[in-house]
Amino acid sequence: MNYLYFLYIEFLAKYNIPKLFGDITFYIIPFCIIAAALLVVVLILVLVERKLLGFFTQRKGPNRVGFWGILQTLADAFKLLCKENITPTKADRLLFNLAPILAFVPMFVAFGVLPYSAEFTFINTQTNVILYLIMAAFPILSIFLAGWASNNKYSLFGAMRSVAQLLSYELPITFVILSVVVLASSMNLTGITLAQFSGWGLFSWFFIPCFLGFVIMFISILAELNRCPFDLPEAESELICGYNTEYSGMRFAIFYLSEYAMMFANSIFITILFFGGYLSPFGKYFMSNSFLLYFEQAFWLFLKASVLIFIMIWIRATLPRLASFDLLKFSWVILLPLSILNLFIMVIIKFGGFLCS
Amino acid sequence: MTLTTFKLNLGPQHPSTHGVLRLLLELDGEKILSCEPDVGYLHRGMEKMAEKLSYIQYLPLVDRIDYLAGFFYSELLCRIVEKALNVELSDKVRVIRVILLELNRIASHLLWIGAFLMDLGATSPFFYAFREREMILNYFEKLTGQRMMYNYFVFGGVRKDIEFLEDIQNIISILPQKLNDYEKIITENPIFKRRCINKGVLEKNVALDYSITGVNLRASGVDFDLRKNDYLYKGFDFSSVVLEGKDAWSRYKARILEIKESIKIISQALDYLSKNEKLEQKLINPINLKLDNGEYYQEIEAPRGIASCYVKSVGEDKPYRLKWRTGSYYSVNLLRKLLVGEYLNDAIAIAGSLDIILPEVDK
Repeated sequence: MNYLYFLYIEFLAKYNIPKLFGDITFYIIPFCIIAAALLVVVLILVLVERKLLGFFTQRKGPNRVGFWGILQTLADAFKLLCKENITPTKADRLLFNLAPILAFVPMFVAFGVLPYSAEFTFINTQTNVILYLIMAAFPILSIFLAGWASNNKYSLFGAMRSVAQLLSYELPITFVILSVVVLASSMNLTGITLAQFSGWGLFSWFFIPCFLGFVIMFISILAELNRCPFDLPEAESELICGYNTEYSGMRFAIFYLSEYAMMFANSIFITILFFGGYLSPFGKYFMSNSFLLYFEQAFWLFLKASVLIFIMIWIRATLPRLASFDLLKFSWVILLPLSILNLFIMVIIKFGGFLCS
Repeated sequence: MTLTTFKLNLGPQHPSTHGVLRLLLELDGEKILSCEPDVGYLHRGMEKMAEKLSYIQYLPLVDRIDYLAGFFYSELLCRIVEKALNVELSDKVRVIRVILLELNRIASHLLWIGAFLMDLGATSPFFYAFREREMILNYFEKLTGQRMMYNYFVFGGVRKDIEFLEDIQNIISILPQKLNDYEKIITENPIFKRRCINKGVLEKNVALDYSITGVNLRASGVDFDLRKNDYLYKGFDFSSVVLEGKDAWSRYKARILEIKESIKIISQALDYLSKNEKLEQKLINPINLKLDNGEYYQEIEAPRGIASCYVKSVGEDKPYRLKWRTGSYYSVNLLRKLLVGEYLNDAIAIAGSLDIILPEVDK
């Protein structure tokens, strides 16, 4: 980040703009970039998901707006923007309006924490794993607020299920992250990425010693994202639409957006923890130019993340929904003990010196 | 009602009530304490209409009692009239009717599989089941000109000779492979098993008390299939599917097996038709058709249980009274018993497994 900072200050100095201005704006620009990137990512993601689900179910998916349906999500977003925002009469107006905002704002921080390539980490702290965890759990708060404030029984059910889900699945996630932190000896996401770097390429990534952890993490992330087969909070056939039943127009769009943004952020997060983040799977990069190298690193990151996203969509097309009782049992009885076991194994691997790097 | 319980209106506009069923649930958390089904949102006065219309005028309407299995209800009305006038169907007419009824049964069961899995949260099987159902509906459209309301059976026979047999041959040769695919994606799925096995257990005596018929009854271990004694099915070799599981799982399995039995029946019927016999039928003149003074009753095995028709005639060209018995009506009543003590998301699965269709309930 320092490198970019100096580039920016130098650039401003060329036009005689005071350094103070640069100091302030340098930390705002990333968030503008994130906001723009977020919208683009979600638009693409929604289209990809609908297309893939179409192919899985022998349909064509959206193919009317634009070539190959490329503009479909844009049209949908525009439609949602034009729609009326309805607040139910008996809803808690303040919380009802606050909930979508709370769903969306943490996205910026969550995306800011992730290292996209060697220099691109907008918020780089020593413990940004923790920061990411907090931000990733934040949308659940907004779901709960939305469910409560809507004054609708179905919404309340959705919210209740969502909170129960978060409480049960956050623990295995934390234990798995802890085991990765032990392996990497770092709580910084860039540090974790670099700890997986070696001439061996993909063989030194953490998914090999910590495969159990990866599976636990992936399942738990699915649960935290409220995605199939853990989509109980918005189970269409049971709760109509769960917590966002009463939301319409742009507020609904924001929920939708944050859901997909979170899906993308979490896939990147898993990639960083287990698949070497922005590292090349071949152990060396193809680009020598330092600027192009950033793009190559970002390319590897997004490629790995998209594979994970594809698996998530694939699972959605395949599996039915879990029963609510099984959902909690699965976490507390199976995933939690396994994740603790995984942590012990990682400690032994790390301090027994079995880790190849 | 204490403070810890509350009432939830499930429906009448709810994605998984398959129409406009309203369930008044009393809940403690997600646990159901009592369930009160409220029907009648789709009431069209089918029985009252019959009193104003002559038999032939009423015939096109009866398809609409159950839009997923229209052939069964026109078959019922035709059989009532044929019975009253002592008309015996020729073998060829019998075989044609059996083919169409069984194809319709398959289409109905396929739709159920899709809708049931949709209730459980799996979206893909819905499209797969519809793909197969589409072949059958396309065939019906080719033959009768209609996809759902066929109006093909007439008093004493069928409207015209059966055609496009190669289409049926195609359907019954493709279906078994597709059913195997279902077995792979659905039946062996551990989540599906956990959500269905031992859920919604319907004991034999309860099923009999609540007059449950059809697949739901046979999945509870009672061997009762009207097709076995129906003269329409005389000469066909098939077995009625009886399972002992009593739960949602065996109701699912029974429907899959029943599709296989139907395929068996259809292939036998096709063998018969390959003899190329000429269609001989004594059609009853529907103009001025009057039934003798008296009561008439006929029942057949429809996809959702026994469907029966009761006609009281006073010698006019219209029925004096006409009543329908439909399988779903009794299944809805059963919800009162089956849903108590279940969790909300199991309740959806259980209600789905009974194959309720609302136009049939409300008539």
